[in-house]
Amino acid sequence: MFVKQLSVFLENKTGRLNDVLSIISGNGINILSISIADTSEFGVLRMLCEDPAKAHELLKEHGITSKVNDVIVVSIPQAVGSLEKVVRSLEQNDINIQYVYGLSLDDEGASIAMKTDDLEKTLEVLKNENVKLYSQNDM
Amino acid sequence: MIWNESKECMSRDELATLQSARLVKVVNKVYHNVEYYRKKMQELGLEPGDIRGIEDIEKLPFTTYEDLNKTYPFGLAAVPTSELVRVHASSGTTGKPKIGVYTRRDIEVWSECVARCLSMAGITRDDIIQVGYGYGLFTGGLGAHYGAEYLGALVLPMSTGNTQKLLDMMIDCQATAIACTPSYLLHVAEDIEKLGVLDKIKLKTAICGAEPWTDEMRDQMEKRLNIKAHDIYGLTEICGPGVACDCEFHKGLHIWEDHFLPEIIDPATHKDLPAGTDGELVITNLTKEGMPLIRYRTKDLTSLEIDKCECGRTMARIQRFKGRTDDMLIIRGVNVFPSQVEAALLNIDGTTPHYMLVVDRVDNTDTLEVQVEIAEKFFTDEVRGLEKLSNEIHNKLKSAIGLNAKVKLVEPNGLVHSDGKTKHVIDKRKLYS
Ligand SMILES: [Zn+2]
Repeated sequence: MFVKQLSVFLENKTGRLNDVLSIISGNGINILSISIADTSEFGVLRMLCEDPAKAHELLKEHGITSKVNDVIVVSIPQAVGSLEKVVRSLEQNDINIQYVYGLSLDDEGASIAMKTDDLEKTLEVLKNENVKLYSQNDM
Repeated sequence: MIWNESKECMSRDELATLQSARLVKVVNKVYHNVEYYRKKMQELGLEPGDIRGIEDIEKLPFTTYEDLNKTYPFGLAAVPTSELVRVHASSGTTGKPKIGVYTRRDIEVWSECVARCLSMAGITRDDIIQVGYGYGLFTGGLGAHYGAEYLGALVLPMSTGNTQKLLDMMIDCQATAIACTPSYLLHVAEDIEKLGVLDKIKLKTAICGAEPWTDEMRDQMEKRLNIKAHDIYGLTEICGPGVACDCEFHKGLHIWEDHFLPEIIDPATHKDLPAGTDGELVITNLTKEGMPLIRYRTKDLTSLEIDKCECGRTMARIQRFKGRTDDMLIIRGVNVFPSQVEAALLNIDGTTPHYMLVVDRVDNTDTLEVQVEIAEKFFTDEVRGLEKLSNEIHNKLKSAIGLNAKVKLVEPNGLVHSDGKTKHVIDKRKLYS
């Protein structure tokens, strides 16, 4: 139940984000969400898209460094404290969240993509929570 | 096979005695016959009698390219023109060509040195060798030619520029050896593959030089052509190819120390360094008559190994060239070579990422930024992982060059490439204007 995320290395230079996005959408690949983690020196663009393997190849052809890796995408019920409850149960199971970002996949409410230090264990924990897990096919 | 066992395998003690006698002789000769050297020695308060053996070598002045430039063309000749029989020259990076002049005896010594190298590569008088270096002022063609004839091999003087002819003759005459540049041999290998004539050639040995090459290139040519390839080294100013060559154990290039006295010096302090330490290769001509050079600074960075080689030879081995002193940067008073940075980066992940050194001066202090290309294998989706990589590079550089460099991770292909070569240094300090 993992989802493939495309991560892209970006120098902090104007226009680079636009370059990456236009290479991908320009080849008819639908981008579902993007998030950028940046430092003063560089950024890492993380995105969910329809065909991450093909997007990776396209970027490679353009000399842009990227890789495809697994993340977990869950839909969080629209109720006060439900995100906090998910985070707490991960903590109780000694799972460290490395990063998390929000996205909107359907009308039902907020979804998040997350990467933890133990994705398998995270899945086990989340199965006991009232959340909907997305698979690659849902993308 | 060892061509001249009494010299190539002589004990280090005997060698030192021979070198000392020859050094004393050559110093006397340049003092009395070359005004330029006499003045240089007089400026240092030196007389020929002060040099009693190789232990006194550090007293002698260096010879640099600038000296050659000032005395061009024959200012350093130690014999009258009537004694000279040949001139060779190679282009200097700036200024006049670097020139070498030879007496009949010099050509003979040079030929023997080349014959030793060819013999080291397994070539004998039964071989048919193609010389694929240019014939002319360049030392490669005639140097290899005379050496191969001296050895007694059958020589095909192909020169350069006509690969089709080279291949035709290689097949027709069943050549067993070739002398040419490593890049040309790889080009020849490509043509052989393209024409599908590998089964028609009898080549078994290549002796390549005149440009630096790598073990990977050796592997490639050995596998693709099913041959053994050897590296031959030399400089026009000193004599030409044949100064040093590597034996079948490939543990460095044996330098003919009975003719060429090698030293390794610290390029900044000019002090001699012990065996095994990296520095600039300096060579003194011990036997040359036409234009013997004293302590010539080659600008090549390497080290010397002097323990006896498995092949039985005792002659010191020049290790892989690590760069040129021209590339040396002085940052906050510290000598930095791009090759040191390269070696430090190599330890990061077993592979070398592309890199660029950017040196600048801010508020009268030198700054060093090392830009490292983030190729796929170094990339991770976690910012923390990239920051860890950046810190690791910083620490490795700190221990390699002793400076705190600012590390900047950059996208691939973002670094300046000029003429297909990767440039490794941008010095923004306007030190010389
Ligand atoms: Zn050896």
